[in-house]
Amino acid sequence: MNGRRGPANPVIPGRLRGLSLHLVVLVIAAFVVVPLLYGVLGGFKDTGQLSTNPFGLPSPWVPENYTDVIMSASFWRQLGNSTFIAIVTTVIVVGVSAMAAFVFARFAFRGREFLFTLFAAGLMFPFAVAILPLFVLLRTFGLLDNPFGVILPQAAFGLPMTIVILRGFFRAIPGELEEAATLDGCGAFGFFWRILLPMARPAIATVSVLAVVASWNNFMLPLVVFNDPNWWTIPLGVQRFQGQHASETARILAYIVLAMIPALGFYAVAERHLIGGLTAGAMKG
Amino acid sequence: METTTTEPGASRLPAAEAGRKARPVRAGARGGRLRGLVTIALFLLPGLVLFCLLVVAPILVAFYTSTFKWSGLGGPPTEFVGLDNFTRLFANEVFLGDLWHGAVLIALSVVVQLPLALGIALLLNQRLRGRAFYRLVFFAPYILSEAITAVLFTMILSPDQGLANQILGFFGLDGLEWFADQSTVLIALFLVMTWKYFGFHVIIYLAGRQGIPKELTEAAQIDGASGWKVFRFVTLPLLGPTIRISVFLSVIGAIQLFDLVWIITEGGPTHSSETMAVTMFEFGFNRFQVGYASAISVVMFLISLVFALAYQRFVLRRDLEGATTVMRDQR
Repeated sequence: MNGRRGPANPVIPGRLRGLSLHLVVLVIAAFVVVPLLYGVLGGFKDTGQLSTNPFGLPSPWVPENYTDVIMSASFWRQLGNSTFIAIVTTVIVVGVSAMAAFVFARFAFRGREFLFTLFAAGLMFPFAVAILPLFVLLRTFGLLDNPFGVILPQAAFGLPMTIVILRGFFRAIPGELEEAATLDGCGAFGFFWRILLPMARPAIATVSVLAVVASWNNFMLPLVVFNDPNWWTIPLGVQRFQGQHASETARILAYIVLAMIPALGFYAVAERHLIGGLTAGAMKG
Repeated sequence: METTTTEPGASRLPAAEAGRKARPVRAGARGGRLRGLVTIALFLLPGLVLFCLLVVAPILVAFYTSTFKWSGLGGPPTEFVGLDNFTRLFANEVFLGDLWHGAVLIALSVVVQLPLALGIALLLNQRLRGRAFYRLVFFAPYILSEAITAVLFTMILSPDQGLANQILGFFGLDGLEWFADQSTVLIALFLVMTWKYFGFHVIIYLAGRQGIPKELTEAAQIDGASGWKVFRFVTLPLLGPTIRISVFLSVIGAIQLFDLVWIITEGGPTHSSETMAVTMFEFGFNRFQVGYASAISVVMFLISLVFALAYQRFVLRRDLEGATTVMRDQR
């Protein structure tokens, strides 16, 4: 932003300096991109080509690795499971959090700070701390090999971040608006549903994107809950596929490249919400 | 911590007002106060139930079961052993190794990964062609799942025909064993973590850097400060809150590290890359020593808690002070 006027350092000629800085960025970008590119191109090779011709383009191109995955029912099944679990988790966590955040932001009552601190403290605790009792609990309620065995704990662990972010947005909405609504005969629920939520749409979008990504990438919980391959999600499927085809590097590469596409596509569409949400979450967490 | 947002005071004012005004208005009618409480309860209940049942209760149960010898099967635990699991834990070389690996990864993150991210963020903040593109690229690994990252790098850092060794061979260097060698496994793991997470820190630093008013750096330049001095005495101190948050998140992340390690090495070779979460998982789900595994969960919880409290108290104190005084002024 501040560099618009030109280079700041007069010691090194501006051109040269700009060039060397650009070179640094370029090298780091290569560090990020080369593994991904290796995956994409490697998927079009066969395993022999991968060792004899690691850097060049595939020759010949072997599309079978990709087409095999696309034709396989299990890949689509995992995609469907991941999608279903992500959507339901997001609806639950955002809905429940919005209600709680509304109360934390707009009501004064005894114990408010304590309850809010309780939720906020949840920000730093991972599944790992609770996974054993959680597993026993889910087993007791018969929620193993059941999508809600993943959805409900995910939603619960997503509450702290979502509540903290939404509360900040809800507080920023002027109090006059609520008074006006109340004078016009709008109850608390009416205000929440018809005024607050529509006004907080950007914030809702942000926390929803975060919830989708967290659910999509979750590994530990599906790992212990889903024994039945019919319920495997994409991360679980990727890990198991590697286990089954350990020596066929090219096929594994094709599988993970295809598994990346939904996440990267989602990133392309929701980039601004995702980055805005993560920075907001980090600053407030 | 809200001082780190760009306009700390601005968002607070209406909120404080709202908190004060909302109740009297609604309490106008008789019984309004009761109705207010019912509303509060109804809105809060779903979240509270979900959170207590699936987050708070399991953590408390972990504390309880950590004092038993328990296989996790067939009814509740009965064989009370007191703090035995904990004394066993702290006499166990594998667990002490876990602590050491965590410390190494944290040190590497703070000394290598975060400065790298800060440097890149400052470069991206300058006039640079394709800035938006680079930002997109650096952040991309962060949204890929740990599982995909882990499998991808298992291939790339494979000792026999992986890309990394092919590149080393291209330059006439000997290949490394990477994850298969006890002396390189942590470095290799750190390489993967850097690939995956440094873009996230770049984004945080960029946001922090853009919150610094242009006038400050410009004033320093007009006063004749060199590029380095502007960075050292203006940019860096003002980025302090952002840096402290990013260190905090790195440490908490390292304490919890599981997915990458579990998929790539399962803690091997011979426990040399094992983390607390991996040991806990191994004992809890593979060896059916749930009491002992719960003790590890409890230690993870306590380390996170103590670290978070100490960090808030001693390191973030300056950042929080502003926020609390702003709040006090408005009360």
